[in-house]
Amino acid sequence: MIELDGVSKEFDGKRVLDGVSARVERGEIFAIIGPSGAGKSTLLRLIGLLDNPTAGTIRINGIDIHASKEQSLMIRRMIGMVFQKPAVFNTTVAENIAIGLRFRGVERATVIKKVREALDVVGLAGYEERLARTLSGGEMQRVALARAMVIEPEILLMDEPTANLDPVSVEKIEELVIRINRELGTTILFSTHDMYQGQRLAHRIAVLMNGRFAQVGTPREVFTLPATRDLARFVGIENILEGVVVRRDDGGAVSIDVGGTQVRARSSFGTGERVALCIRPEDMRIAPVERKVANPDGNTLQGTVISIVPRGPFSSVTVDCGFMLSSLLSWKRADDLDLQEGSHVVVSFAPESIHVIRINET
Amino acid sequence: MYEIIEGFIEAIRLIVTLDPDVMAIAVRSIIISLTATIIASLIALPLGAAINFGKFRGRRSIINLIQTLYSLPTVIVGLLIFLLISRAGPLGFLRLLFTPTAMIIAQTVLIIPIMTGLTISALSGVDPVIRDTLTSLGATRFQFLINIMKEARFAILAAVAVGFGRAISEVGAAILVGGNIAASSFKSSTRVLTTAISLETSMGNIPQSIALGIVLLTIALGVNLVISTLQQGRNP
Repeated sequence: MIELDGVSKEFDGKRVLDGVSARVERGEIFAIIGPSGAGKSTLLRLIGLLDNPTAGTIRINGIDIHASKEQSLMIRRMIGMVFQKPAVFNTTVAENIAIGLRFRGVERATVIKKVREALDVVGLAGYEERLARTLSGGEMQRVALARAMVIEPEILLMDEPTANLDPVSVEKIEELVIRINRELGTTILFSTHDMYQGQRLAHRIAVLMNGRFAQVGTPREVFTLPATRDLARFVGIENILEGVVVRRDDGGAVSIDVGGTQVRARSSFGTGERVALCIRPEDMRIAPVERKVANPDGNTLQGTVISIVPRGPFSSVTVDCGFMLSSLLSWKRADDLDLQEGSHVVVSFAPESIHVIRINET
Repeated sequence: MYEIIEGFIEAIRLIVTLDPDVMAIAVRSIIISLTATIIASLIALPLGAAINFGKFRGRRSIINLIQTLYSLPTVIVGLLIFLLISRAGPLGFLRLLFTPTAMIIAQTVLIIPIMTGLTISALSGVDPVIRDTLTSLGATRFQFLINIMKEARFAILAAVAVGFGRAISEVGAAILVGGNIAASSFKSSTRVLTTAISLETSMGNIPQSIALGIVLLTIALGVNLVISTLQQGRNP
């Protein structure tokens, strides 16, 4: 129902969006993720008719939304928007939420009823007469969400709605997003630089890089099968090795030469192709050399522990096997293995856990 | 020294006993300046909005010009209006010279720049996210403007108060186009606080001057109180 077709936007000669194309289906939660400054906000502003594209078209239900000024108000009224910065009007909470309904000439009794319902949904029942500016950031953002929701838009655009909020508020907003989508069937597009938020909420994720969608797919596809090396790096795949396919076996198994070491993987690429190997640190196992396990089909590489860095409940262990490999272990596991910097270890990983990308595509 | 103290005591007496002369001058001052402020608001607020939200060439230069006119000398405004409405001037046939209407016109012209400029600052001070929110909520152009004005209401009211303060305290234009006439009827008199202070002082009528000065100061203080209250109201 929302079609982006070669959407580009320039600001003072600087190209921020460079031919973004995608299709968002009705009732879908669609996340736009990308590094800061990638143009996520710009794209949402174009869809929300707050700005005009330099080139390309955006169609909603088949209508080119930037084509005619006369239709602009009608289309804007189909869309609700929540911004990164929680912004409320300098009046009561109830007035804040009612404003969109008033613009549409909804009668008083209905306005009061809808405002009360919306406050109930966002968990701010009884806040009607409070001054909106006296609320906390998280509460203001919930008012902003209620304000956008109460007009029952077909499409809800959210520009990094939780970027400035504390974890508890983030969780509440996320619950609301899912609830609005399920109960009202609202199509939701939101941007975030938090990949995991994209994963938690979205049916599909689009990764915006260098002004265009580098990949659009389900969270699983984007996180496990990134299409390019940059994407792999962005979605947090720490081990990216370069090599050349040296042998193909039947059944899709290949041998790849990585700086003199042979790595076995599964791929359809032919001999001689330059490829990047993406291996998630959590798919990597580490064992002391003496406890070497037989693993005929997999990859077992010997190396030396270079560093052990705590990361949340895990330890990130970097091993030099001729090239660097990072592995993620629970603290307990790292203690059990008695890992120290300088320890000799064996790193093993299955061919299936390697995602192979052709290098000239990056 | 004794003269001054005596002047003060006499001034207090004039105020406390609500001396008819002093009260008439004070009330006339307020009426003339308030009228000028209302008319100036009707022009400056929409003008400020148009300049702030308009997209046209030379917008920046217009804002610079307006800011320069903040410090427009009041006698220059008086002189310009005088030339326009004096008998030989283009609007001479209206016979406005030395009438309260002439003073209202002069004060209106005097305060339009500062009120327009402060309205522009008030409106441009509204958070861009608030503007985007209004647009995204489906506001028409008119609904948008009204709500931005509402959002900037404290700053806009402060602009109006500043305009009134400048109007009631100016003397140059009032004396040039008003003439400081104490006519028999309240309506046709053009004697206001500032011009009366100027005249009474030159005539050596110090108690009267001090009394009028105290009234003017009180009004100015009141206006200032209103402005600072409004400015605090901007950020609850």
